[in-house]
Amino acid sequence: MTTLTEPPKETFRLSMLIYDTRYRSLTIQVVALIGFLVLIGWLINNTMTNLETLGKEPNFRFLWEPAGYDINQRLLDYTSQSPHIRAAVIGVLNTLVIAVMGCITATIIGVIVGVLRLSKNWIVSRLMAVYVETFRNVPVLLWIVFTMAILIETLPAPRAFRGDNATASMLLDNSVAITNRGVYIPEPLFSRGLGDIPVFWGTFEISLDLMAVIAVLIAGFYASKRIRMRADSIQEATGERPTVWYQRIAAVVVPLGVLLYALGFYLGYPELKGFNFTGGTYLRNSLIALWLALSLYTAAFIAEIVRAGILAVSHGQTEAAAALGIRPNRIMRLVVLPQAMRVIIPPLISNYLNLTKNSSLAIAVGYMDITGTLMGITLNQTGRELETVLLGMLIYLTISLSISTVMNWYNNRLKLVER
Amino acid sequence: MNEVSFVRTEMLEQEAPPASTVGVIGWLRANLFSNALNSVLTIIALFSVFSLLYGFLPWAYSPTWAAASLSECRDILHSLGREGHFSGACWGVVRDRWVQLLFGFYPSEHYWRPVLAFFLTFAALAPVLFAEKTPAKMIWVSVLYPFVMPWLLWGGTVWTPVVALLGFVVGIYVYRTVTAAMGSLFGLIAAVVAAAIWWLFIASSVSSGLAGILELAMEPVSSRQFGGLMLSLTIGIVAIGFSLPLGIVLALGRQSDLLIVKALCVGFIEFIRGVPLITLLFVASTLLNIFMPPGTNFDIIMRVIIMATLFSSAYMAEVIRGGLAALPKGQYEGGDSLGLNYWQAQRLIIMPQALKISIPGIVSNFIGLFKDTTLVSVIGLLDPLGLSTAIRANAEWNGVVWELYGFIALLFFVFCFSMARYSMYLERKLQTGHK
Repeated sequence: MTTLTEPPKETFRLSMLIYDTRYRSLTIQVVALIGFLVLIGWLINNTMTNLETLGKEPNFRFLWEPAGYDINQRLLDYTSQSPHIRAAVIGVLNTLVIAVMGCITATIIGVIVGVLRLSKNWIVSRLMAVYVETFRNVPVLLWIVFTMAILIETLPAPRAFRGDNATASMLLDNSVAITNRGVYIPEPLFSRGLGDIPVFWGTFEISLDLMAVIAVLIAGFYASKRIRMRADSIQEATGERPTVWYQRIAAVVVPLGVLLYALGFYLGYPELKGFNFTGGTYLRNSLIALWLALSLYTAAFIAEIVRAGILAVSHGQTEAAAALGIRPNRIMRLVVLPQAMRVIIPPLISNYLNLTKNSSLAIAVGYMDITGTLMGITLNQTGRELETVLLGMLIYLTISLSISTVMNWYNNRLKLVER
Repeated sequence: MNEVSFVRTEMLEQEAPPASTVGVIGWLRANLFSNALNSVLTIIALFSVFSLLYGFLPWAYSPTWAAASLSECRDILHSLGREGHFSGACWGVVRDRWVQLLFGFYPSEHYWRPVLAFFLTFAALAPVLFAEKTPAKMIWVSVLYPFVMPWLLWGGTVWTPVVALLGFVVGIYVYRTVTAAMGSLFGLIAAVVAAAIWWLFIASSVSSGLAGILELAMEPVSSRQFGGLMLSLTIGIVAIGFSLPLGIVLALGRQSDLLIVKALCVGFIEFIRGVPLITLLFVASTLLNIFMPPGTNFDIIMRVIIMATLFSSAYMAEVIRGGLAALPKGQYEGGDSLGLNYWQAQRLIIMPQALKISIPGIVSNFIGLFKDTTLVSVIGLLDPLGLSTAIRANAEWNGVVWELYGFIALLFFVFCFSMARYSMYLERKLQTGHK
């Protein structure tokens, strides 16, 4: 006969919270959460007390008061009577402009330099190495102020363009003027334009012409893609690839040309009037300096990434492709680059993010981005450091997270599908 | 026997290789002019190098070393018959101000202190940098360095760092005793509490009491007098030193299974990495005093160091997470199968390997932070870049641009480039895998 003993009934004891691994993680998490909440509460409490002593009540009403300062580089209408919030929006747009321009040029320069650094040409590869090392090892802020100094000190003043014995002249058939105040380029104008429509209850106006051009471009690229896909399917079916490159170009160019003709497109050239240029689009020095410095600085990092990416593709891949009889430029395009891209994209994302964050150094050369407007002049004028700095951080966080979301989505599309 | 042979029996003299494949010409053909495109590239490259040097060298060769102001420079160049805006560099500004660019307004009779601290940094890092070549005792320099370095830089009584060090001693002692009685968890909690009590409530009175008995003080130097490269190095070294342990904790938190801990760590890391350093410096200069209890007022360099530490700890966490992720799963499982608990496995198996893998990343993180210290000039601190603005505002040197920026760039380049080379050397040394 066997005696069955009941397994000892587990009763919950307080010490099990610490010694039982089933509950310990719970305990640690609860303690961490409490600690975190206490810390936050302490900070908020301190802030409230301090602000009360200073006689400030945190609110965002100041954003609707007139800003009272001018912004010289802007995409939207703005006067010094506009509210702070509008100045902040213009700052955000300026940040985005410099980020997009910088990312594009940095990628182009970086890819070229990265490829050239792998070149068998001794002097070219050394030259690229010198470029990469010089730019990577000197602070970006120094490059920005240095570029600004170069623009101011070496370029001709607008008055040098004046008179019969002018010492400077405009480039490209009198359409581009490079001066030490900035660069004047022709601006696109429409004689039969569609006008603007107000959005957001009249706060902003969006040019219908621009919208139409963008819509036609998107449609054109889509049509071009369809043509390519059709050519692909014909190649799959018959082995012969129809020549479609001219159709693909025409799909984009012809509708755009028709639209521009319909809208009465012409270029407004900058002209020297009095002491300065008028007309045309005016890119200020600060924008150019920031753009050049950020692009060149980030390009040095991108070049290294591209080089590492290409080197990461095993030599066997190239050889196998060559053994299959694929021509060298197609080996690069069809075999090496797609594999290198997988290595390149993730660090490239973080470099785009770095460039966007570094664009906040605009404040050093007076380019009015979000740091210059909201966290710069608005902060100084209203004295609301808590609201402006937190709002500014939130905006940067939003921009960064959106960039990384988009790029991660792209990365996931490229990624090797594994088990 | 037939004597006719169809094979040559004697050796032929070796022929010289064709002239076009050896020597200078061969090298040129192989490396510079191998095809049309390469030739064009070579010519473009040579032309651009030549035109750069053609502009730069005559400008750089300028006997203005002794000049005491920009107008004196112009006079010297004028007497040599060199006129115009870019006729020659004005090196006098570098001779006149290089000490200031290195030390800021630090009192000149105390320059030995930052210099000594700087060299002590190397001694303290030696056990990490050149692990196999340093005697084991050197680790004590590393342990004591965090207490000696602030004392050297800021001065004051020696008892402040000693008492701060005693806090750790108290902590360890409490940990030992309590662990023996009640177990390691309570020991840890008790040690942290004891050390915190020591630092917050006892330390200041003890150190002032000891200073009353025996002063042993160096002349204090206020943070306002810090400047130049010394300021950049101080911020960089202190921030990276503190951010390493913080980064390890954050990385472990991000890898952990505990949901709330993980969420907190991810939130912190992503927040810090999502905003530019300059906004954090704005927080340091305008907001940090608001966040602290009323009446707290610690100086701007401390605030900047705190924010720089938080900033770089987020990046450090990502570097170390990379190291942790690079370890094969077998290492974790090996630790588990040996019966080690979480912290033992981390200390004995995971961290030594993960940190070793991430050393190059840590070094490049440091280079980045060191370069980013120039941003403090935006909030008004006098790092080399901030000093350059001050020097250019000076009547004597108003108008000097290239020489100053060039010198500052050279300072940073020397530091960053040598660190980058070191990290590459380390990478090669640590590379044990196969390609």
